[in-house]
Amino acid sequence: MSQGPDADLADAVRDAAGVRVERCYQCGKCTAGCPMARHMDLAPNQIMRLAQTGDPGDREALLRSLAIWCCAGCLTCTQRCPRELDPAAVIDALRELSRREGKVSPRGRRILAFHEAFLASVEHTGRMSEVPLVGLYKLWSGDIFQDLAVAPAMLARGKLPLIPHVIKGRTEIRRIFEACRAKEKA
Amino acid sequence: MTPPRCPPPPRGGAGDIGYYPGCSLAGGAVELDLSIRALARVAGAELREIDDWNCCGATAAHSLNHDLAVALPFRALALAEAQGLGTVLAPCAACFSRLKGTLVRLGRDPGLAERAARLAGLPFQGKVRVVSINGFINGLLADGLAGTLTRPLPGLKAVPYYGCLLSRGEGINEGEDPESPSAMEGAIKAAGCSVLPWNFATECCGGGFSMSKTEAVMDLGGAVLSDAKAAGADLVVVGCPMCHSNLDMRRRGAMPVLYLSELLGLAAGLSPAALGLDRHFTDARTVCAGGRP
Repeated sequence: MSQGPDADLADAVRDAAGVRVERCYQCGKCTAGCPMARHMDLAPNQIMRLAQTGDPGDREALLRSLAIWCCAGCLTCTQRCPRELDPAAVIDALRELSRREGKVSPRGRRILAFHEAFLASVEHTGRMSEVPLVGLYKLWSGDIFQDLAVAPAMLARGKLPLIPHVIKGRTEIRRIFEACRAKEKA
Repeated sequence: MTPPRCPPPPRGGAGDIGYYPGCSLAGGAVELDLSIRALARVAGAELREIDDWNCCGATAAHSLNHDLAVALPFRALALAEAQGLGTVLAPCAACFSRLKGTLVRLGRDPGLAERAARLAGLPFQGKVRVVSINGFINGLLADGLAGTLTRPLPGLKAVPYYGCLLSRGEGINEGEDPESPSAMEGAIKAAGCSVLPWNFATECCGGGFSMSKTEAVMDLGGAVLSDAKAAGADLVVVGCPMCHSNLDMRRRGAMPVLYLSELLGLAAGLSPAALGLDRHFTDARTVCAGGRP
C-alpha cells in the first residue's frame, strides 16, 4: 500500500476501505440522513466529492476537516447509498490518514483523545474500563472538570468499578496492537 | 405487523451458549448483564462466559486503525471456537455489531481472514454463530420462555429503539428491512406491553460521543425521547449500552429506558433489583408497577 502524502487519495481510500469513490454521483442521500451533518464543516457528500478530484488542495481540506471526526459510525449513509459505496468506511480511512499525517483538526482533538484513551485502556488490560478511560481522556483532552458530578452517581449505582479487570492474555493483546501499528506504518 | 423472525433456538445440541458480556457490562451497563443472566436462568439456558475474552475495540478501533478493528474481535471469536462454543451471545449492541460484522467480512474475504489470523496469532475456522440480545431473547421465547411469563405488564405502551447497531451493518439484521426492523416487537408484546409506532426507531443517539461531543448526544438523544413522548410511550426499550446511557443518564428524568432483557425479566416475575432496575438514572418504578401509578 503506497499511502504517502503524494499518493492519490482515491487510490488510498480504495486500498484501505475497498470503496471506489469515483463511482459516487453526488445524489446527496448520505447527507440527507446524516445525524451529525449539522456538526460537520464538510457534509458527507462533500467528503465523497473531495475524495474524487485528485486535487492536492481538496486532499488537504479533507484530512484537516472536523467532519471526518464527527462521524458517529451510525451507518445510515452506508445503508442508504444507491451506489453501495459505504461512505462510513471512506471516513474511517480518511481519519486514519489524517492522524498518520499529523493533520487532525484542532476541533477534532477531543474526539481523537477519547478514541486514543479507549484504546490505551484496552492495550494495557485487554478491556475497556471506565476509570482509566475517563482519566486518560481528561488528561489528553484537557477537559479535567467534565462530568465530575456523574462519577459519584455512577459509583453509587455500581457502574464504576475502581479496579480495572486485567485479562490473562494481555501480552497477546499488546502484540496484536504492535502488529496493527506496524501495518499502519508500512 | 410481521411476526419476529426467530433464529433457531440457541440451546440444545451444541451445548452451552458462549457468553461475551463486553466491557460495559462490568460497568456502565451492569443492569444488562444482571438481567441477561437472570433471564437465562429462568429459561434454563446455560451461559458460559468465554474465558479471557478481550474488548471488541468498539468505535475507537474502527475510527483509528482498521486492522485493530478486525484483529480484536477476531481474537474473541477464535477463543470462543477453541473453547468449543458454537454460539456466542453478545448482548451489547456495539459488541454484537463488531463481532458479527467481522465474522461476515472474514467469511467473504479469505485474504482478510488470513491477515487477521496473522495479526492475532490465532487460528479460526469461522465455526461460530454470533447472536444479539434480540435473537437470544426471541430464541428463548420460542423455546418455552413465552409460557412462563406470569407477570405481564399490560398497562404499558412501549416504543422499540433499535438505534444504529441493531438495525444497520453487514449481517446485523438478516432478512429484515433495516429501515423498519421488527425483531423486538414480538418480545415486547410477549411481556404484555403494547408496541407503539414512532419515527425514531433506527435513528442515532450520538453513540460514543457521550464525553467527547456531549452537545451532539444531548441533541440527538433529546430528539429520540421527544418523539417517544409524542407517540404516547411510557417507556423506551433498547438493546445497546450507549443508547441506554445517552437516554437514561444524559437525559435523566425524561422517560424510563429499559433493556429488552429487563422488561422480559419483569414479566417473568423477577424482582426489579435482581434485574438491576434500581441502578438506572431515570426512575423506572412506574414500569416495575406495570404502569400503575
